[in-house]
Amino acid sequence: MAHSAEEVLAGLAAIVEEVAGIPVSSVLMDKSFTDDLDVDSLSMVEVVVAAEEKFGVKIPDDEVKNLVTVGDAVNYIVKAGL
Amino acid sequence: MPVEINDLRPQQSEKFARIRSVGGYRPPRVVTNAEVCEHIDSTDEWIRERSGIEERHWADSAESVVDMAVKAAEKAISRANISATQISTVIVATISYPYQTPSAATDVALRIGNPSAAAFDISAACAGFCYGVGLANDLICAGSAEYVLVIGVEKLTDFVDINDRSVGFLFADGAGAVIIGPSATRGIGPTIWGGNADAREAIRQKSSWLSLKEGDPHHNVEMAWPNLEQQGQTVFRWAVYQMPKIATMALEAAGVEAKDLDAFIPHQANARIIDSMVKVLKLPSNVPVSRDIRLSGNTSAASVPLAMEAMLESGEASSGGTALLIGFGAGLVYASQVVQLP
Repeated sequence: MAHSAEEVLAGLAAIVEEVAGIPVSSVLMDKSFTDDLDVDSLSMVEVVVAAEEKFGVKIPDDEVKNLVTVGDAVNYIVKAGL
Repeated sequence: MPVEINDLRPQQSEKFARIRSVGGYRPPRVVTNAEVCEHIDSTDEWIRERSGIEERHWADSAESVVDMAVKAAEKAISRANISATQISTVIVATISYPYQTPSAATDVALRIGNPSAAAFDISAACAGFCYGVGLANDLICAGSAEYVLVIGVEKLTDFVDINDRSVGFLFADGAGAVIIGPSATRGIGPTIWGGNADAREAIRQKSSWLSLKEGDPHHNVEMAWPNLEQQGQTVFRWAVYQMPKIATMALEAAGVEAKDLDAFIPHQANARIIDSMVKVLKLPSNVPVSRDIRLSGNTSAASVPLAMEAMLESGEASSGGTALLIGFGAGLVYASQVVQLP
């Protein structure tokens, strides 16, 4: 199912808040998960699993390391949902 | 016309089993994160944050898998108020017994004073204990055994490179044993078990024993010892995503609701996995959850019975209470069941 970038960003921000306790307002496209949001690799896996479920997409293990910024993840999910 | 095969043993009514006792053994040597960090480039803070582990027990070189198993078994036998000779079957779950054959279970049977017991090992890694509980229950309910000694035991330090940053801090040693015996009511729910063998490389011994054998085509001079290795994120993802579904199936199969549990005793793989499973399972906050990993590390097959004993001894859970068990690990394989605590 296709999602707009805005929808994905809003959904992803809610997931990041739930998993890592980062306020939704801080989860912006240019933020790095590790450096800016302090989301470690295990929390990132939880974010990915929750995002897969929420948006009905598959994000393989090999792809997770390429999702450096929130924007990378949003763009990947938008593309994967097309 | 095939010959008719009968069961001519005295016929009995439907049988049930329960865990009659639990006994644990933790090697005396306590290893702190500071000591672990002498071998790996890490910090106490990082280890606590990523795994929840503060310290763990490591066996010394003179202490074997069977030594630890026997100590746990003797405690369980004494607490069950039975004699070792009443045990008809000994099942040892382990991946760190350093002989192909004979099994660790036969040595345990001999050393507890019951050399005529049926005895065998199972290799289901961190799911091994829960596999054993399921097998023991089925043996008793089918009339093939009366009392079964199930032991989860590991000396993982023999198979872990303490200089390997990904696992050096994680694994530890110990043994946990239970006596499973007859019961007037059902004390062990259906075992939900299975695997995801397509991910069998995610946790593995690095190479075959043949890599150590000179002259064999598999011989590899660079392989000093086939230690364990794991793809941490793959395992984490599998555990967090798949295991709550298995635990839910075990609850449903037993007709027990999460809110009615007196304890959740998952394999102590990593505190982050436990936290995440609790969240995904939507476990009510009043259900005590074992976090024995904090002081014990990941002892693979030994972790569930060690955690069970710790919860009973601390009073976090009570005898007769209802607990949800789940083991999961290398294979990848898993098993889960609801049990009545001894």
